[in-house]
Amino acid sequence: MTLVLEGVRYRYAGARASALDGVDLVVEAGRVTGVVGANDAGKSTLCLVAAGLAPGVIGGHLAGRVVVAGVETTQARPHELAQRCGILFQNPATQLSGTAATAWEEVAFGPRNLALPLDEVVERVEGALAALGISGLADRDPGRLSGGEAQLVALASILALRPACLVLDEPTSQLDPHGTRLVGEALGRVARELGAAILVVEHKTAILARLANEVVVLAAGRVVRAGPAAEVLDDAQLEGLGVEPPPSVRIRRALRVAGVALPAAAEDVLTGIGA
Amino acid sequence: MSAVPETGARASRPAVVLDDVVFTYPSGVRALDGVDLEVTAGETLGIIGQNGSGKSTLVRHLNGLLRPASGRVLVHGEDVAGRHVAEISRQVGLAFQDPDRQIFAGRVRDEVAFGPRNLGARGIELEAAVAEALGAVGLNGTADLNPYDLGYSRRKLLAIASVLALRTPIVILDEPTTGQDLHGATRVREIVRGLVAEGRTVLAISHDMRFVAETFGRVVVMREGRIILDGTPAEVFSEASWPILASSYLEPPLAARFGAQLALGSTPTEAALVEALSARG
Repeated sequence: MTLVLEGVRYRYAGARASALDGVDLVVEAGRVTGVVGANDAGKSTLCLVAAGLAPGVIGGHLAGRVVVAGVETTQARPHELAQRCGILFQNPATQLSGTAATAWEEVAFGPRNLALPLDEVVERVEGALAALGISGLADRDPGRLSGGEAQLVALASILALRPACLVLDEPTSQLDPHGTRLVGEALGRVARELGAAILVVEHKTAILARLANEVVVLAAGRVVRAGPAAEVLDDAQLEGLGVEPPPSVRIRRALRVAGVALPAAAEDVLTGIGA
Repeated sequence: MSAVPETGARASRPAVVLDDVVFTYPSGVRALDGVDLEVTAGETLGIIGQNGSGKSTLVRHLNGLLRPASGRVLVHGEDVAGRHVAEISRQVGLAFQDPDRQIFAGRVRDEVAFGPRNLGARGIELEAAVAEALGAVGLNGTADLNPYDLGYSRRKLLAIASVLALRTPIVILDEPTTGQDLHGATRVREIVRGLVAEGRTVLAISHDMRFVAETFGRVVVMREGRIILDGTPAEVFSEASWPILASSYLEPPLAARFGAQLALGSTPTEAALVEALSARG
């Protein structure tokens, strides 16, 4: 059990209300859990708490326990946490170090700080860039990348650390459909091949339908739905919870509402291209 | 080309013209490589393309933030060359992709008021512009908060409100649905429809193909600094265009792909798909 949240309540410093109000969640090694919910449901807060940045770096009050790869976040030193859990922020502009002259150096920043031998740094950097299809950006200035390119470089810098646990806050928000697909495939491989536990916040439910094993729905700081991805993403209450169902679910519903029955062959086509 | 019905005298006037526009960043990246584009007043244009294809660079030419290395940019018939950004911003409002590069004020109210105040609005008129813009994006009640007390998705809506408050005839939104939940995305659609109903010209960059297909009358596809497809959603997402879309790593909305597999013709939206299936019975 790589990432465990038990009875987690979290209140930002100075806030009266809890942003997380009793969250229980387990992500096993090699599994991907998707997190969906309306704006302000607590998704980004959940990321900060799961990675130990809250309360560790930003303060606030935490009740309950958060355990990452065997260490409790409130007990661990920053470097112990950073080696266990990589976090990708929602806005890549706030993630990039601002100190690297090239995207290659940006991605190398973390592995270098782990004091890895140079050939392993090279292998990890180039592996991460290749996995996301951005080897061509290696020599570019990170400060002059487009929004989507910056997001991929920021994600590569986390993948290069090869942490046991990955916490990703909307990793594809600024990506084109191709980049989105590459990120989905890369995360799937990281879970399967490296055994990472991945917690990923996404508004694009189509990517979760492909990638996630489990999906949880947050509302007002609580988990209000949790279960296998296909089941939760087909929940009739999803829209009421501020979450857009995947396109294949939407189309099936629209056809039902219009009273159009899909022939079995068409049903198979939709299942094939919709997944 | 345009799917938007042209009504009245103003509709035939081009709001924006790009004439063989070339732009190269100091790094040497040639972001625009000869772009020709004419957008009619009152038209809605969705701009799609891979990351780094030149979409954001293109729209930054329309309010003078960037100037072409060669070629011309006309807004309402006037060349932007030699005109100051402040002057162009009476005609063109641009909401950035990253709200944090746009937001600078310590209070939501001041952020939204900054633009109209600079354009000369004062007193009740200024208050009204702020209230209307915040209402349009659903941020009423946040006027006295610090923008950074809002989450990312609401800061994004705030950036859009700041542009709406300028009441410009041309509105440009760079990836407006990014980071929005279902309600936020629905809100963005309503904002665009509202602007269209007022006869304003709306351009938006988006990676959300369903949003583009459902919201815009015309779609252009960019690749490597050029426009490679230009037409209605039904044309751009039709099966005939798929090889071109694929060459740019773009995928039509699921409704279009499903419709094509069932030989229903071009069904870029879920509504069009349901209609075509109903008609077939």
